[in-house]
Amino acid sequence: MEQLKIRHILGLRDMSAEEIGFILDTAESLKPILHRHIKKVPPLRGRTIVTLFFEPSTRTKLSFELAAKRLSADTVGISKSMSSVVKGETLIDTTRNIQAMKPDIIVMRHSMAGAPHLIARHVDCSVINAGDGINEHPSQALLDMLTIRDHFGSLKGLKVAIIGDITHSRVAHSNIIGLQKMGARVAVCGPGTMLPPGLAAEGVEVMMRVEEAIEDADVIMALRIQRERQGLPLFPSQREYARKFGINNRRLRAAKENAIIMHPGPINRGVELAPDVADSGRSLILDQVTNGVAVRMALFSLLIAESGDERSPDMERQV
Amino acid sequence: MNRNNWLLLKHGIVIDPSQGIEQEPMDILVEDGRISAIGHQIPPPGSADSGEILDLTGKWVVPGLIDIHVHLREPGQEYKETIETGTRAAAAGGFTAVASMPNTSPPNDSAEITRSILARAKEKGSCRVYPVAAITKGQAGESLTEFGDLLDAGAIAFSDDGLPVSDAAVMRLAMEYSLNFHALIISHAEELSLSRNGCMNLGNVSTRLGLRGIPAAAEEIAIFREIKLAELTGARLHIAHVSTKGSIEIIRRAKEQGVRVTAESAPHYFTLTEEAVEGYNTFAKMNPPLRTEQDREAIIQALADGTLDAIATDHAPHDILEKECEFEAAANGIIGLETALPLTLELVEQGAITPLRMVELISTAPASIIRQDGGSLKQGSPADITVIDPETEYEITRDLFRSRSFNSPFLGRRVRGRAALTICQGRITHQLSR
Ligand SMILES: [Zn+2]
Repeated sequence: MEQLKIRHILGLRDMSAEEIGFILDTAESLKPILHRHIKKVPPLRGRTIVTLFFEPSTRTKLSFELAAKRLSADTVGISKSMSSVVKGETLIDTTRNIQAMKPDIIVMRHSMAGAPHLIARHVDCSVINAGDGINEHPSQALLDMLTIRDHFGSLKGLKVAIIGDITHSRVAHSNIIGLQKMGARVAVCGPGTMLPPGLAAEGVEVMMRVEEAIEDADVIMALRIQRERQGLPLFPSQREYARKFGINNRRLRAAKENAIIMHPGPINRGVELAPDVADSGRSLILDQVTNGVAVRMALFSLLIAESGDERSPDMERQV
Repeated sequence: MNRNNWLLLKHGIVIDPSQGIEQEPMDILVEDGRISAIGHQIPPPGSADSGEILDLTGKWVVPGLIDIHVHLREPGQEYKETIETGTRAAAAGGFTAVASMPNTSPPNDSAEITRSILARAKEKGSCRVYPVAAITKGQAGESLTEFGDLLDAGAIAFSDDGLPVSDAAVMRLAMEYSLNFHALIISHAEELSLSRNGCMNLGNVSTRLGLRGIPAAAEEIAIFREIKLAELTGARLHIAHVSTKGSIEIIRRAKEQGVRVTAESAPHYFTLTEEAVEGYNTFAKMNPPLRTEQDREAIIQALADGTLDAIATDHAPHDILEKECEFEAAANGIIGLETALPLTLELVEQGAITPLRMVELISTAPASIIRQDGGSLKQGSPADITVIDPETEYEITRDLFRSRSFNSPFLGRRVRGRAALTICQGRITHQLSR
């Protein structure tokens, strides 16, 4: 594979295993740049990337912006309060206006599922979904998969246990889809109020006890927990969550001896992860952050390579 | 002499459940807005230039179609639809009467608004309009509207459609009070505390699309509540837009136990499933939401076996701006008046229902549920007649619609069968140019 076939990164659902592997390989090849003294290379000089965040985010936005700067692209960020959406402009109008300023890529986060898919139908440039509602967060799952692959050499045949709010986690959704495509087994566990229907039908092992989910697991991915959703508490207390669903050393005995710990951050210490687990040698949480920049650099360079200058606008529109 | 003194419909295949006529070639004579004769080889009552003879060989002649669940949007939301455009769409779809839901702005909760709707319909309408009035003032779910006054003004039933009465005690009062007037209560059955955050059916597809789901139980619990209240009060209850298998089982049991309940479903629930939402297709967003294949099959079965009494469209026009947006932000509902007939004919073609049952579901039964004229081609009945060309094949396209809106998930679908001629009170309201 030399080029991505897709024009937008909307979700791992739309990607083949081959494409995911290609993105991870590309990210791998870009990683050395992050360890140099001068962490900047010229390939995207003169290119413009707009970050459009309708939901607050510090880490993801920073990661995307750093990735763009490492490749010498110009970045402009628009947040919800700055945008005209608060003034009643529709999402389509807002993005058409941004489109008229000729960016190469729009990176978008939105509280509603499918919002990036909607704007992708209305702009000529590429769209990267940086998280849409409770649907997907593809770049996060890609960086998670890169981290796992780095550690184990391959994703095939691994067992990944995802623990926490599976219903409302776009990170979990993208990871489930991506990991399965790459040949890993996925088990999930969380409070019953946070387990959506239909997972078993997709081949996910849905467990009611954390010990069962992490049994023989190679990877344990804990998710950030939020107690209230739309005003309703989904579990009785953080204390009980920590006791029944938190990852601690005792529980980890069920996993493989060399199992690794991951978390998309920010961590509620002592809730999702016991502090000694979060800081242990098995925790790859900070590698995830570094890999995030590499994956996003890969997405930018592949999308811009795909929409190379030689192609006519008409051709692009047909894709 | 006036050329429109009479209208003689010759050689059509008559289907009329009210007389047990199942596909019999017959003639129908229309005079003074009524059916003055139905039978074999009726001679023209006067000279050829005093009336009109139509040869309907190969066409089905049925009592005018009646849709008891329509949103005409007037007053207040004329950018979506008006009484004029909505009833024109109705006539084009073969309907001679529609019941208009009260969630206009302001809602139809007073005799004055009911009268204004009827006046508008008389002036601009292409079919009969039967206003459904709100159960509670402002559809706020608190205090009852003036049922007596509203009925006197011409309202035919009560419903807080779109904003269901969430307090069971208020619904109980409404049913008790309806007894004084033998009035019909139409329930949009939805337990809001379960459905509130959802925008499509809860299930595998909602998980796959990352959209919050509405469980079937939100509808089923509410239907069970309404049935128990109807049992308690003895009120006449009609359940709108049934969408789940579980709802059907509850209604079936209630009917067996003699509760006075009738129920309808809409063509989209027996034609589509939640899979239509794929790609965040806002034209497949409605409330209740499209359900699963099992539900779809159960609805077809219930239409055939009589558990469901009627087909109604829940015609819900919306401007494109209310649909061309984020799925969660998009308005609920689709237009249905101009697609109902071909979609129902698909059931006939599949052998799920007979043509006779189809006419019962979409004309005779709706008339009897709302206790209004129509649904019959008996001699002396008002001349509300629909002529169907069951063979014509075509694609549903935007320019087909007389409605002001085109929010339909059926755009691009190949269908067969269409209203060729619609006659309302003896007046031709729609005629397909050949
Ligand atoms: Zn309704």
